[in-house]
Amino acid sequence: MYRSLLPRDVFAELNRLQRELQQTFEFSPSIRGISRNGFPALNVGRTPQSVEIYAFAPGLDPATLEIDLERGVLSIAGERPATLPAPVEKVAVHINERFAGRFRRVVSLPDDIDPNAVTADYRDGVLHISAKRRESAQPRRISIQ
Amino acid sequence: MSDTTTVAPENQAARSEATLLPPVDVVEDVTGITLYADLPGVSKDTLGIHVEANTLTIEGRLSMATPEGLEVGHAEVSLPGYRRTFTLSRELDTTRVSAEFKQGLLTLRIPKAEHAKPRKIAIQVD
Repeated sequence: MYRSLLPRDVFAELNRLQRELQQTFEFSPSIRGISRNGFPALNVGRTPQSVEIYAFAPGLDPATLEIDLERGVLSIAGERPATLPAPVEKVAVHINERFAGRFRRVVSLPDDIDPNAVTADYRDGVLHISAKRRESAQPRRISIQ
Repeated sequence: MSDTTTVAPENQAARSEATLLPPVDVVEDVTGITLYADLPGVSKDTLGIHVEANTLTIEGRLSMATPEGLEVGHAEVSLPGYRRTFTLSRELDTTRVSAEFKQGLLTLRIPKAEHAKPRKIAIQVD
Protein backbone atom coordinates (compact mmCIF):
# COMPACT_ATOMS: atom_id res chain seq x y z
CA MET A 1 0.00 0.00 0.00
CA TYR A 2 2.54 2.61 1.12
CA ARG A 3 4.64 2.00 -1.98
CA SER A 4 2.24 4.07 -4.03
CA LEU A 5 3.29 7.12 -2.00
CA LEU A 6 6.78 6.85 -3.49
CA PRO A 7 6.04 5.51 -6.94
CA ARG A 8 9.45 6.39 -8.31
CA ASP A 9 12.83 7.16 -6.90
CA VAL A 10 12.48 10.64 -5.45
CA PHE A 11 16.13 11.53 -5.99
CA ALA A 12 16.02 10.50 -9.64
CA GLU A 13 13.01 12.73 -10.07
CA LEU A 14 14.77 15.66 -8.42
CA ASN A 15 17.77 15.13 -10.68
CA ARG A 16 15.55 15.12 -13.74
CA LEU A 17 13.84 18.29 -12.57
CA GLN A 18 17.20 19.99 -12.06
CA ARG A 19 18.34 19.02 -15.56
CA GLU A 20 15.11 20.31 -17.06
CA LEU A 21 15.51 23.61 -15.25
CA GLN A 22 19.07 23.92 -16.53
CA GLN A 23 17.93 23.26 -20.07
CA THR A 24 15.36 26.01 -19.73
CA PHE A 25 17.72 28.63 -18.41
CA GLU A 26 20.84 27.92 -20.40
CA PHE A 27 20.11 29.16 -23.85
CA SER A 28 23.13 27.91 -25.71
CA PRO A 29 24.14 24.53 -24.38
CA SER A 30 27.43 23.55 -25.95
CA ILE A 31 27.91 20.11 -27.48
CA ARG A 32 30.63 19.61 -24.88
CA GLY A 33 27.99 20.31 -22.29
CA ILE A 34 29.71 22.56 -19.77
CA SER A 35 28.54 21.06 -16.51
CA ARG A 36 28.24 23.09 -13.38
CA ASN A 37 29.67 20.48 -11.09
CA GLY A 38 32.95 19.80 -12.83
CA PHE A 39 36.39 20.33 -11.37
CA PRO A 40 37.88 22.83 -11.73
CA ALA A 41 35.02 25.34 -11.74
CA LEU A 42 35.38 27.68 -14.70
CA ASN A 43 34.55 31.31 -15.29
CA VAL A 44 34.88 32.55 -18.84
CA GLY A 45 34.75 36.19 -19.84
CA ARG A 46 35.84 38.39 -22.67
CA THR A 47 37.19 41.84 -23.26
CA PRO A 48 37.46 43.54 -26.65
CA GLN A 49 41.11 42.40 -26.85
CA SER A 50 41.05 38.95 -25.26
CA VAL A 51 39.20 35.96 -23.88
CA GLU A 52 39.84 35.33 -20.18
CA ILE A 53 39.41 31.93 -18.55
CA TYR A 54 39.61 31.40 -14.80
CA ALA A 55 39.85 27.83 -13.52
CA PHE A 56 39.35 27.48 -9.76
CA ALA A 57 41.78 24.65 -9.02
CA PRO A 58 43.22 25.08 -5.52
CA GLY A 59 46.14 23.22 -4.00
CA LEU A 60 47.88 22.12 -7.19
CA ASP A 61 51.46 22.19 -8.29
CA PRO A 62 51.33 24.34 -11.44
CA ALA A 63 54.03 22.17 -13.04
CA THR A 64 51.60 19.24 -13.15
CA LEU A 65 48.92 21.16 -15.06
CA GLU A 66 48.60 20.42 -18.75
CA ILE A 67 47.09 23.16 -20.84
CA ASP A 68 46.68 22.41 -24.54
CA LEU A 69 45.24 24.41 -27.36
CA GLU A 70 44.35 22.47 -30.45
CA ARG A 71 42.17 23.79 -33.26
CA GLY A 72 40.57 26.39 -31.06
CA VAL A 73 39.78 23.94 -28.27
CA LEU A 74 41.51 24.65 -24.99
CA SER A 75 41.85 21.80 -22.53
CA ILE A 76 42.97 21.94 -18.92
CA ALA A 77 44.00 18.63 -17.42
CA GLY A 78 45.84 17.42 -14.35
CA GLU A 79 45.57 15.41 -11.24
CA ARG A 80 44.82 16.42 -7.71
CA PRO A 81 46.29 14.07 -5.12
CA ALA A 82 43.99 12.91 -2.34
CA THR A 83 44.64 14.50 1.03
CA LEU A 84 42.66 11.88 2.87
CA PRO A 85 44.78 9.30 4.66
CA ALA A 86 44.59 5.63 3.90
CA PRO A 87 41.98 3.97 6.07
CA VAL A 88 43.91 3.09 9.19
CA GLU A 89 42.91 2.43 12.71
CA LYS A 90 41.60 5.30 14.82
CA VAL A 91 41.32 7.73 11.90
CA ALA A 92 37.82 8.83 10.99
CA VAL A 93 36.87 10.77 7.88
CA HIS A 94 33.90 12.90 8.91
CA ILE A 95 33.41 15.01 5.78
CA ASN A 96 34.73 14.21 2.31
CA GLU A 97 33.62 16.77 -0.25
CA ARG A 98 36.79 17.89 -1.97
CA PHE A 99 37.65 16.63 -5.41
CA ALA A 100 40.55 14.21 -5.82
CA GLY A 101 41.85 12.38 -8.86
CA ARG A 102 42.37 13.16 -12.53
CA PHE A 103 40.42 15.95 -14.13
CA ARG A 104 39.99 17.45 -17.57
CA ARG A 105 37.93 20.37 -18.72
CA VAL A 106 37.56 21.71 -22.22
CA VAL A 107 36.55 25.13 -23.51
CA SER A 108 36.12 26.02 -27.16
CA LEU A 109 37.57 29.42 -27.96
CA PRO A 110 36.30 31.83 -30.60
CA ASP A 111 37.87 31.69 -34.07
CA ASP A 112 39.61 35.04 -33.78
CA ILE A 113 42.07 33.88 -31.09
CA ASP A 114 45.77 34.09 -31.84
CA PRO A 115 47.15 30.68 -30.73
CA ASN A 116 50.60 32.19 -30.23
CA ALA A 117 49.37 34.80 -27.77
CA VAL A 118 47.90 32.64 -25.02
CA THR A 119 49.33 33.12 -21.54
CA ALA A 120 48.63 31.32 -18.28
CA ASP A 121 49.42 32.01 -14.65
CA TYR A 122 48.50 30.29 -11.39
CA ARG A 123 47.90 32.35 -8.28
CA ASP A 124 45.96 31.70 -5.07
CA GLY A 125 44.70 28.45 -6.52
CA VAL A 126 43.23 30.06 -9.63
CA LEU A 127 44.57 29.25 -13.08
CA HIS A 128 44.09 32.28 -15.30
CA ILE A 129 44.42 31.82 -19.04
CA SER A 130 44.34 34.87 -21.25
CA ALA A 131 43.98 34.40 -25.01
CA LYS A 132 44.52 37.49 -27.15
CA ARG A 133 42.34 38.14 -30.15
CA ARG A 134 43.95 38.83 -33.48
CA GLU A 135 44.57 42.47 -34.30
CA SER A 136 42.25 42.29 -37.27
CA ALA A 137 39.37 41.11 -35.09
CA GLN A 138 39.64 43.93 -32.59
CA PRO A 139 37.10 46.70 -32.71
CA ARG A 140 38.19 49.81 -34.54
CA ARG A 141 36.67 53.14 -35.08
CA ILE A 142 36.26 53.93 -38.75
CA SER A 143 36.85 57.51 -39.54
CA ILE A 144 34.79 59.29 -42.14
CA GLN A 145 36.82 60.66 -45.00
CA MET B 1 50.69 32.01 9.32
CA SER B 2 51.03 30.00 12.46
CA ASP B 3 48.26 31.44 14.59
CA THR B 4 45.30 33.21 13.08
CA THR B 5 42.82 32.42 15.78
CA THR B 6 41.07 35.56 16.82
CA VAL B 7 38.22 36.07 19.18
CA ALA B 8 36.28 38.88 17.62
CA PRO B 9 32.59 39.69 17.40
CA GLU B 10 31.19 38.61 14.08
CA ASN B 11 30.26 41.21 11.58
CA GLN B 12 26.50 41.29 11.09
CA ALA B 13 26.78 42.74 7.60
CA ALA B 14 29.09 39.96 6.48
CA ARG B 15 26.72 37.34 7.80
CA SER B 16 23.79 38.44 5.66
CA GLU B 17 25.77 38.56 2.41
CA ALA B 18 25.35 35.65 0.00
CA THR B 19 28.46 33.50 -0.16
CA LEU B 20 29.68 30.22 -1.59
CA LEU B 21 29.99 27.14 0.57
CA PRO B 22 33.56 25.89 0.17
CA PRO B 23 34.03 22.11 -0.06
CA VAL B 24 35.91 20.63 2.89
CA ASP B 25 37.44 17.39 4.10
CA VAL B 26 37.50 16.71 7.82
CA VAL B 27 39.67 13.96 9.26
CA GLU B 28 39.95 13.03 12.91
CA ASP B 29 42.74 11.07 14.49
CA VAL B 30 43.66 10.44 18.11
CA THR B 31 45.44 13.77 18.60
CA GLY B 32 43.05 16.11 16.83
CA ILE B 33 41.06 17.14 13.81
CA THR B 34 42.44 18.28 10.45
CA LEU B 35 40.24 20.33 8.16
CA TYR B 36 41.06 20.97 4.49
CA ALA B 37 39.07 23.66 2.70
CA ASP B 38 39.16 24.73 -0.94
CA LEU B 39 39.18 28.52 -1.18
CA PRO B 40 40.50 29.32 -4.67
CA GLY B 41 40.85 32.99 -5.48
CA VAL B 42 41.25 34.04 -1.85
CA SER B 43 44.55 35.60 -0.83
CA LYS B 44 46.10 35.43 2.63
CA ASP B 45 44.95 38.98 3.36
CA THR B 46 41.31 38.30 2.56
CA LEU B 47 41.05 35.04 4.50
CA GLY B 48 39.57 35.08 7.98
CA ILE B 49 39.41 32.27 10.51
CA HIS B 50 37.51 32.97 13.72
CA VAL B 51 36.76 30.88 16.74
CA GLU B 52 33.99 32.23 18.92
CA ALA B 53 32.73 30.13 21.80
CA ASN B 54 32.16 26.78 20.11
CA THR B 55 31.86 28.06 16.55
CA LEU B 56 34.58 28.00 13.93
CA THR B 57 34.05 30.34 11.00
CA ILE B 58 36.07 30.33 7.81
CA GLU B 59 35.50 33.17 5.39
CA GLY B 60 37.32 34.60 2.45
CA ARG B 61 36.77 37.09 -0.32
CA LEU B 62 37.75 36.53 -3.92
CA SER B 63 40.61 38.89 -4.64
CA MET B 64 41.60 38.17 -8.20
CA ALA B 65 42.68 40.96 -10.49
CA THR B 66 40.49 41.07 -13.56
CA PRO B 67 41.25 43.04 -16.71
CA GLU B 68 39.31 46.18 -17.44
CA GLY B 69 36.14 45.79 -19.45
CA LEU B 70 35.72 42.09 -18.67
CA GLU B 71 32.31 40.74 -19.60
CA VAL B 72 31.68 37.42 -17.92
CA GLY B 73 29.85 35.01 -20.17
CA HIS B 74 29.89 31.80 -18.16
CA ALA B 75 30.35 31.79 -14.41
CA GLU B 76 30.40 28.82 -12.10
CA VAL B 77 31.91 30.87 -9.30
CA SER B 78 29.43 33.70 -9.22
CA LEU B 79 29.52 35.07 -5.68
CA PRO B 80 32.19 37.35 -4.22
CA GLY B 81 33.27 35.16 -1.31
CA TYR B 82 33.17 32.00 0.74
CA ARG B 83 31.85 31.33 4.20
CA ARG B 84 31.33 28.22 6.28
CA THR B 85 30.81 27.62 9.97
CA PHE B 86 31.31 24.54 12.09
CA THR B 87 30.35 23.74 15.63
CA LEU B 88 33.30 22.48 17.63
CA SER B 89 33.04 20.04 20.45
CA ARG B 90 34.38 20.66 23.92
CA GLU B 91 37.36 18.31 23.78
CA LEU B 92 39.03 20.39 21.07
CA ASP B 93 41.62 22.92 22.15
CA THR B 94 40.75 26.10 20.27
CA THR B 95 43.68 28.02 21.72
CA ARG B 96 46.17 25.94 19.76
CA VAL B 97 44.62 25.99 16.28
CA SER B 98 47.21 26.20 13.52
CA ALA B 99 46.53 27.10 9.92
CA GLU B 100 48.41 26.89 6.66
CA PHE B 101 47.15 28.50 3.46
CA LYS B 102 48.78 27.67 0.17
CA GLN B 103 47.43 28.15 -3.36
CA GLY B 104 43.85 28.43 -2.21
CA LEU B 105 44.02 25.35 -0.01
CA LEU B 106 43.52 25.89 3.71
CA THR B 107 44.76 23.26 6.14
CA LEU B 108 43.56 23.76 9.67
CA ARG B 109 44.69 21.63 12.59
CA ILE B 110 42.69 21.64 15.80
CA PRO B 111 44.35 19.53 18.50
CA LYS B 112 42.44 17.78 21.23
CA ALA B 113 42.83 19.03 24.75
CA GLU B 114 45.23 17.00 26.88
CA HIS B 115 42.49 15.69 29.13
CA ALA B 116 40.49 14.45 26.13
CA LYS B 117 43.22 12.29 24.64
CA PRO B 118 42.53 8.59 24.77
CA ARG B 119 43.60 6.67 27.81
CA LYS B 120 43.54 3.07 28.49
CA ILE B 121 41.25 2.26 31.36
CA ALA B 122 42.55 -0.42 33.63
CA ILE B 123 40.03 -2.91 34.83
CA GLN B 124 40.24 -3.64 38.50
CA VAL B 125 39.51 -7.15 39.53
CA ASP B 126 38.88 -7.86 43.15
